Amino acid sequence: MSYIEIQDVSKSYASGEESHTILSHISLSIEKGEFVCLLGPSGCGKTTLMNLVAGFEKADAGSITIHGEPVNGPKKDYVTIFQNYGLLPWLTVEKNVMLGLSDEKLTRKEKQERAEQYLREVGLYESRGLRPGELSGGMQQRVAIARALAVHPEILFMDEPFAALDALTRMRLQDDMLKLSREEKKTILFVTHDIEEAVFLADRIVILKENPGEIRKIVKVPLGKERDRTWDEFQYLRDHILRLFEAGVPDRTEYYI
Amino acid sequence: MKTAKKILQGACGFVLILLLWQAAASAHVFNASLFPTPLQTWQALAELITQNNLYLQIGASMTRYLIGYVIAAVLAVILGLLHGYYAGSWNYVNPLVQFLRPISPIAWMPFIVLWFGIGDIPAEVVIFIAAFFPILLSTVSAVRHIDPVYLKVASNFSFGTLKTITSIVFPAAFPQIMDGFRMACGTAWIFLVAGEMVGAQSGLGFLIVDARNNLRVDVLAATIVVIGVLGLAIDLFMHYLEDLVRKRWGLGIAKTSR
Repeated sequence: MSYIEIQDVSKSYASGEESHTILSHISLSIEKGEFVCLLGPSGCGKTTLMNLVAGFEKADAGSITIHGEPVNGPKKDYVTIFQNYGLLPWLTVEKNVMLGLSDEKLTRKEKQERAEQYLREVGLYESRGLRPGELSGGMQQRVAIARALAVHPEILFMDEPFAALDALTRMRLQDDMLKLSREEKKTILFVTHDIEEAVFLADRIVILKENPGEIRKIVKVPLGKERDRTWDEFQYLRDHILRLFEAGVPDRTEYYI
Repeated sequence: MKTAKKILQGACGFVLILLLWQAAASAHVFNASLFPTPLQTWQALAELITQNNLYLQIGASMTRYLIGYVIAAVLAVILGLLHGYYAGSWNYVNPLVQFLRPISPIAWMPFIVLWFGIGDIPAEVVIFIAAFFPILLSTVSAVRHIDPVYLKVASNFSFGTLKTITSIVFPAAFPQIMDGFRMACGTAWIFLVAGEMVGAQSGLGFLIVDARNNLRVDVLAATIVVIGVLGLAIDLFMHYLEDLVRKRWGLGIAKTSR
């Protein structure tokens, strides 16, 4: 059994009289330490799927297990990072990072040291006394990443975390993310609609299609953990996925390098 | 520069009303003994300060105001947080609140006097009623409008209900609750005087009744000016606090007019 097992999961929402199927019979296995991107157009249910695995919502049918245990709700072992950061604007950067540590058996000083350690890691130690509103979007998302890492989670769920950032900042954070997944060895489920982002970060890309949300194809990204956006393989893989999107019909040829 | 201009603009209205007032007094629209001039009012104000211990009266009023207001604020915020958080419960309470809210606190006055007697308590109870509903309603609405991502973060870090309410929901809703605090301050101030007109032996409402009984229209006018000035000062102070909170929360300056 894999680390994360999603088996035949369906989810629909009622809107008025009609019920709208968001996800239909999704099955997916994710191994420990794997970086998986859920890629698809808006409305394909990729965020819903992530919410189900993270425990924020319940599936109508099917089962989701992590480590063999069914998911019953959010847990500190699996931290979610949101597109709009989810920082508490009334707390300082440091207090935000310490948020998840409140019920851990640590002295105040140890909590502070833990927060400072991860703020250093994301390059924001100097900003620890500021409030989120005083930081740029990219810096705020770094704080959210530090806050997630500070509780030593096993899994990071990331819901289009860089979608609201400008192109340059986004690339820089993607670089950091790649480095982080190399060093921290977390299992990461990353939702995005950006093909290039998915190819740059993921070990495997799960391409979803909309109406109803189903898995169109799973593409392996055999590029290792040191990547460069200018590589031919990178460009090739990106174009391959782009074609999958444009064609709308499944590409029968498997991709290998 | 901008503030100076604003103050100047605001002062225009006061100058205009003063001119109209003086004109009406000079034209003898009303009997002179029933219509004090601005100058007489000014002299009465000086008399209030030197002979009637105006500061003590203001102090008495302020004490009642604070007691009624603070009790209302604490209760309304606690109830508002609970009913905002447990959305279903509000359906049971909301109709009752909407039924009670339009009843003027003054309408309760006979009962209040029958139950609590005269003295400080009627004014405090009236202020309580006046302040309670605006704070309750703004708190419920504030809690319902907080960004759901805060609640997701709380559940992700396994916060219990009490901790979620006290350390996430309350601070997240606080800027909007603050808006309710400010509005309630104004409403409560309006009803302070009415509350003090029943049986109080001190305070601004007492001064009004006392001036009426002695047919001192100049003192009456002076007391009204004092009530207005203090109301304005309270509103400015609350705006100042609100801006402070909004700044600390990283929000823009409130768009409410002042």
